[in-house]
Amino acid sequence: MNGNGQKKTLHTISVLVEDKPGVLTRVAGLFAARGFNIDSLAVGPTSDDGLSRMTIVVQVDTKPLEQITKQLNKLVNVIKILELAPGDAVERELMLVKVKADGESRARILEICDVFRVRVLDVTHKTLTIEGTGTPEKLEALLELLGDFGIVELSRTGRVALARGDRGIRERTARARGAVAGEQEWTGGGV
Amino acid sequence: MSRVTGAQALFKALEGEGVDLVFGIPGGAILPAYDPLLDSSVRHVLCRHEQGAGHAAEGYAWATGKVGVAIATSGPGGCNLVTALADAKMDSVPMVAITGQVPTPVVGNDAFQEADITGITIPVTKHNFLVKDANELAETIREAFHIASTGRPGPVLVDIPKDVQLQEIAWHWPERVDLPGYKPTTKGNLRQVRSAVKMILESERPVLYVGGGVIKADASAELLALATEGRLPVTTTLMARGAFPDTHELALGMPGMHGGYTAVTAMQKADLLVALGSRFDDRVTGRLATFAPDAKIIHVDVDPAEIGKNRSADIPIVGDCKDVIAKLHAELTRQQEEAGGPPDRAVWLGQLDEWQRRYPYRYDQPADGPLKPQYCIERLYEQTKGDAVVVAGVGQHQMWASQFWKFTEPRTWVNSGGLGTMGFAVPAALGAKAGRPDRRVVAIDGDGCFQMTSQELATSTAEQIPFVTAIINNAHLGMVRQWQELFYEERYSQVYLSYDVPDYVKLAEAYGCVGLRAEHPEEVDAVIDKALSIEDRSVVIDFRVDDREMCFPMVPAGASNDDIIVGPEGLQPVNDPEEAPVA
Repeated sequence: MNGNGQKKTLHTISVLVEDKPGVLTRVAGLFAARGFNIDSLAVGPTSDDGLSRMTIVVQVDTKPLEQITKQLNKLVNVIKILELAPGDAVERELMLVKVKADGESRARILEICDVFRVRVLDVTHKTLTIEGTGTPEKLEALLELLGDFGIVELSRTGRVALARGDRGIRERTARARGAVAGEQEWTGGGV
Repeated sequence: MSRVTGAQALFKALEGEGVDLVFGIPGGAILPAYDPLLDSSVRHVLCRHEQGAGHAAEGYAWATGKVGVAIATSGPGGCNLVTALADAKMDSVPMVAITGQVPTPVVGNDAFQEADITGITIPVTKHNFLVKDANELAETIREAFHIASTGRPGPVLVDIPKDVQLQEIAWHWPERVDLPGYKPTTKGNLRQVRSAVKMILESERPVLYVGGGVIKADASAELLALATEGRLPVTTTLMARGAFPDTHELALGMPGMHGGYTAVTAMQKADLLVALGSRFDDRVTGRLATFAPDAKIIHVDVDPAEIGKNRSADIPIVGDCKDVIAKLHAELTRQQEEAGGPPDRAVWLGQLDEWQRRYPYRYDQPADGPLKPQYCIERLYEQTKGDAVVVAGVGQHQMWASQFWKFTEPRTWVNSGGLGTMGFAVPAALGAKAGRPDRRVVAIDGDGCFQMTSQELATSTAEQIPFVTAIINNAHLGMVRQWQELFYEERYSQVYLSYDVPDYVKLAEAYGCVGLRAEHPEEVDAVIDKALSIEDRSVVIDFRVDDREMCFPMVPAGASNDDIIVGPEGLQPVNDPEEAPVA
């Protein structure tokens, strides 16, 4: 009847919120209270004054995702939610990684950096600090290669994403889930 | 433009919102607000505990439909409101809590009586605010009342630091509320309504599964019209008692863990459930996977997140119950006229009648035997002629009250459903009576519950808000005892409270109330007579009842509703082939 064997997959949701105190706590708290793990969460201002965008990556079945989206929509400070399907969105992440680089490994690391077109930001006798930007898949691949040399420290921003096409989030209709397909829009919900 | 302090602005705003009554307790950080209160038209009821103030605000909201208001100071004051807020969140009770906060310069400094009450209450409120500038106070109060009372109602907390209460500002009353992220869908989609009615007309065994949303939306008249027009049987959940008259021939009563056999079984065997402002709560569905296996679902709710949360809906309709039920009724009338009348469901309705006859709520009151709790409640019902607002705590007495009282109008039943907050009854009865001074208010409470919040009897006496409290005193945490008897091999652990500590009659008298006691069946009527004759003071009746009496029917936690236990003599499910469903 419910949850008919759907697979857990990574979903990226873009949440437009009012830039009010506590809004991050409200969003993060909602995920925690309903038992969902946030894979990554990135917050920053938008071009509209007073509005911020959160890009949240969550590993969850489609059915619970629908519930979490509806619950998010009930938050008074949440203006709009858009689920970004992988093909329909551009996604980027930035990471800084400090990797052991002494002796002959340094040249090999620089070669990898070249192939991946990432930049070296800081050099010491023993380490290189590298800035990597790209799709999460690219960064994973880079990290796997760098892992052979020994990673000293790693910091990632989490994913940011925008839908492809010429429209902004406010002009788009959020995907209606569960209720009247195509008729109900959960945006501006808040019940 | 007049200059006012934040505190004055607060009360001007409350007056602007039509508030005539608040419940609260002053303290350090809310002191400035209590000064302009003296000059305000708002009546303040001084409670004895902030939790009591919170539940009183809830009781007021339940009984009147208006927003209940509770005021408390910072730190412990706000923390003591948390249970009431959580209760109001679970039961969608419109409520605004106003708390003092330490002055803004010391916020975050672990100041005396500081608690991050907005942080603490995020999960238990619909929304909350910390007001950092008195210029935003009036607007915030407007927003708080708007959010609390519209869409799916709920509690909103407004935290006001002491210096903000003292800040001088130019008074300004905002004309309207603008919340870009808050726009509840209240109008039901007509195309969905048409499909729903088609589905209703095609069904052979429909049941209207009515929840608290119908009462919140004041949709009882619409419901009665829909049920009567379509000849549709109605179950009313614990939250919806009174939404549909129990005396109506189509009324099946309460479903759920301690619901009636007919209500439970009708939903199990239905081929269509029309959920109206109900949320497929576990106490109603039993084991979800086996709940109403053959039923299609039409789900009407103002909160889209409830639709499909526990049970997928075949036809979801987001909207306010009043709007949607009215539309369903109009469309059903039209389609039935086209079809030449409602479908013939004589078999189904006959089956329901037979179950009703065969499995009513039952108990046995021996003339000389121990006093039975159900008897006390039935006599209360008879002697008041049902003309009362009934308030219950949580436990066996709550279930018996819901089972044996016949509710005929909305807002005459007040209880703690979702959170199951023991201690709810006395303060909620206070709030209900304060909001409905024209009505008799009867709290049916348990001895365990009563002891959690009985201090509000002092408030009742001091503020002259009289109500009757009938303690169903079985000397135990009765429901816990019942579970230990049934599921823990009669190993009773920490459930005995004693009949006579405290002496409830003396306790009542100490609080300025009248205390009465009945220990034998023949004393019951006289005691109730006496209690109902006293209108200027609160009365506490100590009904010393059989501590072995259990609450039936019962669907054990986690069991299927098919395995309903109808009574103590047979712990086996009723599985008589003669009683097989018509399906």
